[in-house]
Amino acid sequence: MKTIVHISSVSKNFGKVEALKNISFEVKEGELFGLIGPDGAGKTTLFRIINTLLLPDEGTATVLDHDVEKDYKTIRPLLGYMPGHFSLYQDLTVEENLQFFASVFGTTLEENYELVAPIYSQLEPFKNRLAGALSGGMKQKLALSCALIHKPELLLLDEPTTGVDAVSRKEFWDMLQSLKKEGITIVVSTPYMDEANLCDRVALIQEGEIMQIDEPQRIVNSFEKPLLGVKSPQTYKLLRALQQYKWTDSIHPFGEYMHYTDKRGKPNLVSLKTYLFDQGISDVQIKPVQPNIEDAFMALMHNGLEE
Amino acid sequence: MNTFKGFVIKEFKQIYRDKRTLLVLFGMPVIMMVLFGFAIRNEISDAQIGVLDFSRDDVTQTLTHKLQASKSFTVNAWLESYEEVEDLFRQGNIKEIVVFEQNFAEKLEREGVADIQVITDATDPNLAKLVQAYTGSIVRDYVADLNAENGIEIQQAGLQPEVRMMYNPELRSVNLFVPGLIAIILMLISALMTSISITREKEMGNMEILLVSPLKPYHIIIGKVLPYMVLSIVNVLTILLLARFVFEVPFRGSNLFFFLEAGLFIMTALALGVFISSAANNQQTAMMVSLAGLLLPTVLLSGFIFPVSSMPEVLQWVSHFIPAKWFLVIVRGIMLKGSDLMLVWKETLILGVMTAGFIGLSLKKFNVRLQ
Repeated sequence: MKTIVHISSVSKNFGKVEALKNISFEVKEGELFGLIGPDGAGKTTLFRIINTLLLPDEGTATVLDHDVEKDYKTIRPLLGYMPGHFSLYQDLTVEENLQFFASVFGTTLEENYELVAPIYSQLEPFKNRLAGALSGGMKQKLALSCALIHKPELLLLDEPTTGVDAVSRKEFWDMLQSLKKEGITIVVSTPYMDEANLCDRVALIQEGEIMQIDEPQRIVNSFEKPLLGVKSPQTYKLLRALQQYKWTDSIHPFGEYMHYTDKRGKPNLVSLKTYLFDQGISDVQIKPVQPNIEDAFMALMHNGLEE
Repeated sequence: MNTFKGFVIKEFKQIYRDKRTLLVLFGMPVIMMVLFGFAIRNEISDAQIGVLDFSRDDVTQTLTHKLQASKSFTVNAWLESYEEVEDLFRQGNIKEIVVFEQNFAEKLEREGVADIQVITDATDPNLAKLVQAYTGSIVRDYVADLNAENGIEIQQAGLQPEVRMMYNPELRSVNLFVPGLIAIILMLISALMTSISITREKEMGNMEILLVSPLKPYHIIIGKVLPYMVLSIVNVLTILLLARFVFEVPFRGSNLFFFLEAGLFIMTALALGVFISSAANNQQTAMMVSLAGLLLPTVLLSGFIFPVSSMPEVLQWVSHFIPAKWFLVIVRGIMLKGSDLMLVWKETLILGVMTAGFIGLSLKKFNVRLQ
């Protein structure tokens, strides 16, 4: 399989801030590659190095076998890029935005209509509405259409689902899946860990370093500690009590359950129950649960910070 | 080429959609013209003056009548002694007192010299100077008449040598303001609006896409600049039409030459706007820099309001770097004197070099990358 993006020992500093520290990874053809990490992790900087807008201080980066520094002119037309906080032209209509980006990339809406049709068809009823008057989810769909309109070989999406409601987020990811089927390579970043499951492979990035790169399922499998789900109607009190418990290794609220790991590895159910009872928490339910990708990430990030 | 066309069309659409800004852009020249043309005037009309006549003969009375008869003055106070001068000035209505010495007519006839003293209230120095100058010219007129009547040489009645106000004999301020206004409006529209419009792309995140797109940097710059160029030319036309038909400002030079020079200055202003936007990262910075760095000097240091020659030497030096200063010399020359390129080639050359420099700098600074 062809390598589309090749990043090798890339570092980037802004003054004293080390935005990227010695990062290496590859994205294969047709892959949906996720960059997962909190705000300020360096995701945007990484995108700007891949799209040739920034040069790495150290290391090399190639896109479709072209060097980002020397061959930036060759690379740029092959990319579809959607910057974070991209806000389109608010004072142009939906159709005008799309036509503008088509013309700027030397094509027309009609020519590549097929490609954007699945996405754009949802927007077509509003094509005469100003982009500024669209909802967050529709804006992102339009932005995606704009990034796609010139049939790029590599799609770079910087936090496309930030600030978008849950339903629109799901729809957006469905669209990415169908674009993947068309053979377009996609690199997407997100601060939402639950979206990691939807990628072929993800890189967990934190403070400019990649903690792990793997398929989502294998990252989940790497979570080896037994995990308990603890539940009580007194949610807040329960959380406080567990945070103060001497054997608590990690505690994260997930819906109605608290996900708990124990410092001793295997938790002692009896002593935990007694402790909670002594704290005056009633109706405690405890059951073993399967870790999900968020548990895995939390653990990885936690370890990363301690190192 | 289609790429570039698409970009230009988008720019025009965006400007056209923003109705409020458009209204300001087209309304501003008109409002400014009306303000400067009607409200803010440097000439005086009906300034109240007093007369202290120690002589009371035919000549002093004729002179007093002449002062009274001019549109500029109203003689409102008749003084008996110097002691009253300060009191009158303190009251604030009287701006000037004209004093005729004793035996005025007699001395004039016998010695050919008689003294008129002009005392002005210089709390408003500009007004004081103007009042003084007007009085002087009325007295000189009278002396000239006398000479003609008597056929003899009577020397100046104790006032300055003869001054002729050429090109703008009535000292109409609107004649001076029009060229300055053109400079200001062009600066405002070309430089300010261009820099704001480019930094807006940066702020909204669209610049990143434009940079990644096949658009070349100069495509982006020219595309941004073109609509404002059109706007600027329309505005220059508006001002000129208003000036000629409403305010009757003379236009003695060639229209074509004027528009060529205006075109050059528009280029200067646009280049400045692009230059600012290449350094500023958001609209606010761009606006502050344009206003403080371009508009203020254009108003204060170009000679638009305060003559460059009366500035301290340091500021005179600074004024050399203000494009509007050179443009003002050129436009005043063309409009009031009918100058052609032979007369203003030096100023034109300076403007040209400045423009080329700014275009070069901004093209160099306009990065193909973000850093």
